[in-house]
This record gives sequence, C-alpha cells and structure tokens, in this order.
Amino acid sequence: MSTLQVSIYRYNPETDDAPYMQEFQVDTQGRDLMVLNVIQMIKEQDSTLAYRRSCREGVCGSDGVNMNGKNGLTCVTPISEVTKGNKLVLRPLPGLPVVRDLVVDMSMFYKQYERIQPYLQNDASEPAIERLQSPEDRDKLDGLYECILCACCSTSCPSFWWNPDKFVGPAGLLQAYRFLADSRDTATKERLSSLDDPFSVFRCRGIMNCVNVCPKGLNPTRAIGKIREMLLSNAT
Amino acid sequence: MVTNITNLGRSGVSDWLIQRASAVILALYTIFMVAFFLFHPHLDYVAWSSLFDRTWMKIFTLLALLSIAAHAWIGLWIVSTDYIKKSCVRLGVQTAVILALFAFVIWGVQVLWGA
Ligand code: SF4
Ligand code: SF4
Ligand code: FES
Repeated sequence: MSTLQVSIYRYNPETDDAPYMQEFQVDTQGRDLMVLNVIQMIKEQDSTLAYRRSCREGVCGSDGVNMNGKNGLTCVTPISEVTKGNKLVLRPLPGLPVVRDLVVDMSMFYKQYERIQPYLQNDASEPAIERLQSPEDRDKLDGLYECILCACCSTSCPSFWWNPDKFVGPAGLLQAYRFLADSRDTATKERLSSLDDPFSVFRCRGIMNCVNVCPKGLNPTRAIGKIREMLLSNAT
Repeated sequence: MVTNITNLGRSGVSDWLIQRASAVILALYTIFMVAFFLFHPHLDYVAWSSLFDRTWMKIFTLLALLSIAAHAWIGLWIVSTDYIKKSCVRLGVQTAVILALFAFVIWGVQVLWGA
C-alpha cells in the first residue's frame, strides 16, 4: 500500500466558523517516511496548510502534533510508528488554543515554564572563574536538562487540560526539579514554597501520559515524585 | 504559588498527607469490620451492640467517620475544581458537600453515643 490516507485538522479563525477535518492522499511510494515528510507533501498539494517545524531532527521541539491520538514530534516519528493500516489523523496538540490548522498558541505553556524561574539562582558571591560541581552532582541533572520544551507531555496531561493556569504541568515541573536538584542553586526553599499549594504540583495524578509521549524519553512523573518528597520533608 | 481558601489543609502537602492518612485509617477500619463479620457468621444484636459499647470501638469508629469526611472533602474538592468551571456553581456544590459531610459526622456521633 503506497497511498496514505491523511486526515488533517483545519481551522482558520479568519475565514472558518468551525474547525473541520480535510482528507488528503499522499503517495509514499512504499517508503516509511517521517510524518513531517508527509505534511510537507501535503503542503505541496495545498499551500494554505499551516504547521510548525524548524530543525527536522528532534532538537528544536517546534513540531509537536497529535498523530493518530498520540502527541509526538512529526520530524522523528515514522509513519509506521503511528499508523494502523494506511490512515493517519493529524490534529494540533490538545488543550491549547489553535492559532491556525496545526499551530497552537503556547503562551499558557510558557507562562508555567516562566513561573518556575528556569535559571540558576545563587546568592553566594561570584567565584573568579565558574561555579564548580562534582561529577556526582552533575549526574543528578541527567534526564532533566535534555527537555526541549516541545509541550507534547503537558498537552497530553488531563490535569493540565483542566487547569493550565494553575497546574505547572509535567514540562514545567521537570524543569522545576532540574533547578531544585542543582547543587549550584541556593534558592531551594523559595522554589519549594512557591510550589506548595494544592494545584502547582499536587494536581498531578500520576497517570503518566507525559512519560508515555516524551520524544526525549524523559520521565516527568518521577521528577514530580521527587518534588513531592522534597515538599514533604520540608513541611514535616 | 496558587492561592486557594476552600481546600481542607492550608497547603498542597497537608491535603496530600491527610488524604493518605485517612485512606490508611479507612483501610484498617474496613479490614477490621470484614474480619469481625467473618468471625461472627451468626451475628446477633447482643454481639453487635456489645462491640459498639466498648469505648475503643467508639473512638475507632469516630476516627473512621472523620477520615471519611476529610477524605471525601479533599477528593470532591479536587473533582469540583477540575470539572466545574463556573465559580458560583462550584461554590454551591462545595457548600452542599460540606453540609452533607458535617451532617453525617454529627449523625454518626449521635448514633455512637446515643442510647
Ligand atoms: S503523571 Fe502527572 S504530569 Fe504526567 S500526565 Fe499524569 S497527571 Fe500529568
Ligand atoms: S519533557 Fe519531553 S515531552 Fe515534555 S516538553 Fe520536555 S521534551 Fe517535550
Ligand atoms: S522540527 Fe525540530 S524537533 Fe521536529
């Protein structure tokens, strides 16, 4: 089967009353293309299609899309990984406002990221060269710093869908822990007290949708568990 | 920090801890009750009322009742803040839940210590 049936979510708020699904046929010539290649071929058929992409190698995190019900980066997802038969359904990341077609407004996602103060804070006087860290302490940042902020995780998290303004979400919390775990950061207490409310961290219900979709293989649920432990030992 | 005034504990950690602790108490109470029924296949009024005559049983039961109230309040508060987006409706539901739980606890005390 070399013809792929692709159904794409279309919505242009300037001209459409409501979103609709548009069907396309793509001749893959039997190749197991990346979903991004398929979208590019559709763009040749219909240049009005809007989508995001940049690096096309899983580094920039700009092309998160919902493919046959699962969030992922189109550039590193082969068709065979998401399709059963020859049908591919593409929708924008769930839970965020749609700007146009597959392009979503990420402001809410970035707001939560900004809230956790994603930068090193250290009130000790600056050393002459750099702040050193032991290899063991550096190891604690593995599995945290690799996040590319693609939002695949947060937009697959029901808790984030219901309370995107209050629950930080898996991506933001993974980064929150990245700075809590950093031996060079001295703002641990302040960071913890800004997370100690019923929403920011505790709205996570541990269903691990986030882990299931992360294209970088990261584990936000584990990081959230660590934050919860820190909050508990801080409070008791 | 997201501020809230309607949750039970004053912070996310306290809600979380109360939720876990009350779950443990309820599990213990359930196990005790199931065991009691298994050991008394022909349960009669005398055995039942003599169980509840004991002070430790009254305390245990009251603890279980309070745990139900706390557990249900935290759980339903979470559900209401997840799914009910209109704040007047949410406040109405939360008030109804609180009143119902309050009534259950008082009623339970009356049953336990009543004649
Ligand atoms: S584990 Fe937590 S953060 Fe991850 S999807 Fe589930 S509720 Fe969201
Ligand atoms: S944790 Fe994974 S899925 Fe979430 S934003 Fe980072 S890279 Fe993307
Ligand atoms: S285009 Fe950059 S991650 Fe896919």
